[in-house]
Parts: sequence; structure tokens; C-alpha cells
Amino acid sequence: MATEVGFFTDTSVCIGCKACEVACKEWNQLKGNTPAFLDSFDNTGKLDDQNWRHVAFYDKVPDAPMTTGNGQAWLMFSDVCKHCKQASCMEVCPTNAIVRTEFNTVFIRQDVCNGCRDCISACPFGVIGFSEVTGTAHKCTFCYDRLQNGMMPACAKACPTQSIQFGPLDELQKRADARLAVLRKQGNTQAQLYGRDDSVYGGLNAFFLLMDKPETYGLPNADNAVLPRRNNRPGYLGMLVTAALGVVAGLVAFRERGEMRRAEEALKRPDKGGRV
Amino acid sequence: MAEHFVKPPLWEWYILAYFFLGGLTGGLYAIATMLRLWGSPRDEAAARIGFRWAFPLLILCPIFLTIDLGRPGRFWHMLIDTGGGGLVFKSWSPMSVGSWVLLVYGLFAFVSFIEVLALDGRLRGPFARSIARSMAGGGGRLWNVIGALLGLYIAGYTGVLLSVSNQPIWSDAPALGGLFLVSGLSGSAALLSWLARRRQGAEAVEGRLRQADRYFAILELALIVLFFVNLSAAGTMGRALSGAWGVLWVLVVLSLLPPLAGMGGPSLQVSSRSGGAAVASVGAGLSHAVVAAIVLLGVLLMRFVVIFSAQL
Repeated sequence: MATEVGFFTDTSVCIGCKACEVACKEWNQLKGNTPAFLDSFDNTGKLDDQNWRHVAFYDKVPDAPMTTGNGQAWLMFSDVCKHCKQASCMEVCPTNAIVRTEFNTVFIRQDVCNGCRDCISACPFGVIGFSEVTGTAHKCTFCYDRLQNGMMPACAKACPTQSIQFGPLDELQKRADARLAVLRKQGNTQAQLYGRDDSVYGGLNAFFLLMDKPETYGLPNADNAVLPRRNNRPGYLGMLVTAALGVVAGLVAFRERGEMRRAEEALKRPDKGGRV
Repeated sequence: MAEHFVKPPLWEWYILAYFFLGGLTGGLYAIATMLRLWGSPRDEAAARIGFRWAFPLLILCPIFLTIDLGRPGRFWHMLIDTGGGGLVFKSWSPMSVGSWVLLVYGLFAFVSFIEVLALDGRLRGPFARSIARSMAGGGGRLWNVIGALLGLYIAGYTGVLLSVSNQPIWSDAPALGGLFLVSGLSGSAALLSWLARRRQGAEAVEGRLRQADRYFAILELALIVLFFVNLSAAGTMGRALSGAWGVLWVLVVLSLLPPLAGMGGPSLQVSSRSGGAAVASVGAGLSHAVVAAIVLLGVLLMRFVVIFSAQL
């Protein structure tokens, strides 16, 4: 296996320029959707088949004036597929179209996917989109073609503030730890890493430094980061108990005429004893 | 409290149709098997009707499923791993298991279909007759039992499939598997009772199916309660009952009242003092059909509410 790679997206230095979105679309030949005019500078709205990077803007402009050195106004956040170590999409995919590459990224094989959309029902981040054009599911490929040719993903290449950093995962994790320490020292108590450790889906290959709690960014916290398969056991158990009770109900409703049946069968065979 | 940040998979009308038909084909096969195993010889006529209908309803299932795919021509990718070679089977993915069970159940339903057509004299070819012959003994009953178990899986796994996701409502309620299963049984009992209404011995079998449907309706009510207990623990009950969804859930519960009250059989319309036998039989057919329609609409509506309330 090649070196395990990752994205470290440091939202504390994101300026919301959307260069990542543009570079991604350029390289991956994504046409994008008609711009949506939303309640911020966000014209993209969400990740889907046409948007594999999405710069989200979260309005935290307070009603009262800010005090010096505490000037949080907007949270800017370049969202992307998290390339989870325990990937919900990959777990449910019935065709094995979703695989882990030699770089330990999560990749949808377009020639295998048949467009059942089970992965969309599973992805806890709402990353995957269905394309009416190809009839298949799409998401960030981690620029698999670029990786295979020794190049860094287009979004990381284009990012002017190094908010999106690319590299070997262990190296990025060290850099993230150092960056967090700096922010903490500056008094940013809310700063935290998301997906750096294994508390969220066994760790994320695309992990983040956030300036607020995960829910603010539309990310499930560690308690809510759960895999679809957790419901197999209770779901099937419920089915089994119900089926057993249903069969008992059938037995009670249908069986009581069993004696009549035996009598009728005996009547049909007078040769075998003849007595009813 | 479960917080969800997912996107809906846009499983809509085709999937609703499949869930409905899957519940009925599996339920019909299971009920037909139980009638055959435990009922009197006179119930065999109704059992055969169950087997005869289970297969055509089943055939519609993969058609709806395939149309719903983004790439219908690749439906077989569910079974064969075109990327890595070999077969795909993931025991932890209900869609993967369901694809296989649908295929295997299809074989069981098909053989039983041919068998009962041969027994009823509608198919006289050597193939059909040899199937009917080989199904005559204990092997045939074993075939029915295995087919019934597979059928019960088909009727219920679609609920588990919804639960095995990260969608609001669906993934909050593991009770969905049992709920879909018993609602399939209930709909099948009502449907079979209506389909068998003109057969010899129909009144006796109707009474039994009515009794079974009453138990199924009680079980379904219990599972609806469990479903909402699940949702309330996850904090998504408000969403499941918001707006028109709450009204539709009330209708689902109302659709269980006729089977709970034991309506829909010959005992209901004996009060035809004025009209005589002909009127009585028309009245019997009508109320029978109406009750079957109410129950089946309830089966459809329950699946509709579950599918759409999570996605809209």
C-alpha cells in the first residue's frame, strides 16, 4: 500500500474564497449547479454529485459589539468527504462499488455503482450525491487520479491560506496538534480537532480543526457518529420475534380444525382400518 | 438525542410499490403454507390461491427495484462483484442479503406456483406435473416451510433495510422490521380471504383468516406503539408526527379496526332480511372487498408514511 494520505482542513484560517470549490470543479470536470442565493455568501448549499468541496458559512455575528481580541463573526468551513476509516457508505453498499484505495481513501467505482442510493441513506455527513446524468453516486475521489500520478488534490493545491493541507496522515496529525496548541495558547478555548482521533468513525482521513462544537458545522458529535449496522441486530431480532408470534397466531387460528382434518383423511382411506 | 445531518436517498414511489408487494407476496406464501400445514383439507383451496398469487406479486418486485436504480442495466451488480470478481454478499447490509433472498425466494415461489397450477388442472404439461408430483410428500411441505421463512424475510427485511442507515426516523426505530413483517401478514390475510371468497369451503377458511388477521392487527398495534417509543427515545417523534403525517398515522391505526373487530367475513352481513339470498351474497362480497381494501390501503399507507416522512 502506498502512503496513507489525508486532508487537514484548518477552518481557523479559511477565508471563504471558494478557490477549493473552483479547483475541484476544474480538475474533476464538474459543471456545478445553478447558484443558489442563500442567507450568506454560500451559493453552493451542500455537497452533492456536482460539489465535492463546499465552503459553508456559519453566521455567528453577535447582536452586541465584540470585545477586543474576541472577534468571531463568521465560521468558514470547507466541507468535503471525510474518508472515514469506518465508512457508513462502504458498509451498506450492496455492489462493492465503494472501496478503500491504496491511499486509504474511500472511492466510488463508477463502473460498478448501479445507483441504488443506499450509500446516500447511510452517509452521516450528507456527502454523497446522485447524478441523474450518470445514474450513479458521486462524491470526492480525493483526486484519486492525481494521487496515482504523484500530485496533490486540486483543492489543497489551490487553497491560498493553507486552510486545506494535504500530506501523509500521521504528519498532518502532528501539524494539527501543534496548530491546536497555538490556538489554545491564544485563548481560543472552543478550538478543537474533529476526526483526528478515532472517536468519530474510527478516525477521519479528512479531518478538521473547528472553532466551535461539531454540531455548529452540521457535523455529528462523537455520540451521534454511529454506523448503520448497529441496527441490524435489533432490527432482525424484532423481525424474528414478530415472525414467531405471527406463526403462533397462524397456528392458533388455523390449527384447531386439525382434528377435523384427521377425521376427513381417515374417511378418505376406508381401506386402512375403516374406523373413524 | 440523535442528531441527523444526512441527505435523503430519494427512495420514493417505486420503492413504496416494492415494499408493499414484498409484504404481500411473502405474507401470502407464509399464510398459504400455514393453512396447508395446519388447516383442514378444505383449506387447501385457499392455500393454493395463496401460492398462485404469491408468485405474480413477487415478479413485480424486481421490476420496480430495477426501474428505481440509476443504472437499471446493472441490477445484477447486486449479486456479482464486477470489480473484484466473484459474488457479492454482505450479511451486514440488508440490501445485499435482500437481493439474494429475493432471488432464492423467487425460485421457491415459482415452483409452488407451478405446483398449484398443475394441481388445479390449469397446467397439464409434463414439467408441471412432475413438479406437482415431487411436491406431494414431505419434501414438498419442507419446500413450503423454507419458502415461507424466506417469504417472511422478504415481507420484513425492508423495514430493517430502512433502519440500517443514518436517516432520521428510519435509523431511530429498529421496530420497523417487525412492523413491516406483521403488516405484510395482515394485508395478506385480508387479501387471501377476499381472493378465496368464491372457493369451496370459503366460509370456514374466511373465519380462520379473520381470526388470524385479528391477531396480526393486535401485533401491529403493539409494534406501532414500540415504533413511537423508539422515536421518542431518539427525539424524532415530533418530526414523524408533524403536519399531515400525524393524521396519516391515525388513518393507519384506523385501518386496523376492521380486522380488530373481526369484520369482513360472512358473519357480518347476515342481516339481509328484506332481500333474500342474492342480495345477501352481493352484500357479503361488497363488505368483504371493502374490508380487504381498507386493510390493504393501511398496509400501503403505513409504508408511505414511513418512507416519505423521513425524506421530506
